[in-house]
Amino acid sequence: MNNRLKVLRAERDWSQQDLAERLAVSRQSVNAIETGKYDPSLPLAFRIAELFDLAIEAIFTSPSKG
Amino acid sequence: MRLNNKNPAMRRYLRRLAISMLLYMAFLFIALRYVDAVTGPLAYLLGALPGIAVLGVFWAIGRLLIEEADEYLRMLLVRQTLVATAFSLSIATVWGFLENVKLVPHVDAFYIAILWFVGLGVGSLVNWLTIGDSGDCK
Repeated sequence: MNNRLKVLRAERDWSQQDLAERLAVSRQSVNAIETGKYDPSLPLAFRIAELFDLAIEAIFTSPSKG
Repeated sequence: MRLNNKNPAMRRYLRRLAISMLLYMAFLFIALRYVDAVTGPLAYLLGALPGIAVLGVFWAIGRLLIEEADEYLRMLLVRQTLVATAFSLSIATVWGFLENVKLVPHVDAFYIAILWFVGLGVGSLVNWLTIGDSGDCK
């Protein structure tokens, strides 16, 4: 699933490890989500959205619109 | 194995794996040394001891599946164990039929467990080839 995670992370000057620690996940998870290899569960998607203070659909692009 | 020592679930898994392997070596030594000296239920128990220690490895991997808090790493591990199961059962099934018609020699059943552990490596390779990440458990 396409997403803006890398852009949002770069805007805050966070490394993948920084974001991983804030989300309490592994750096591999952040990399897999950023590159679209792995779609996060709904609870993790909410954690990501809440961390950036955005709605989920402002970060992740719906596959039907993508 | 990528040793992520910050991951508490992986640390527990490695500790359980090490204990199981130490028990396996000790139980194998005891079984081979003393199984001929006993009869009846005690002989069965002694003979089964090394296998019971290997069950500890299966248990450790099962606990890792439950305790791994990172959903992505857990998904990689699930895929890895499914590939290992498919790999070992496929070879064991075909080998069994070939053995049944006497085209291949008899192989002891505990080799299925060894095949499964080899299959974990195959599963890790499959993860790496398809997702680009091999996962943690090998």
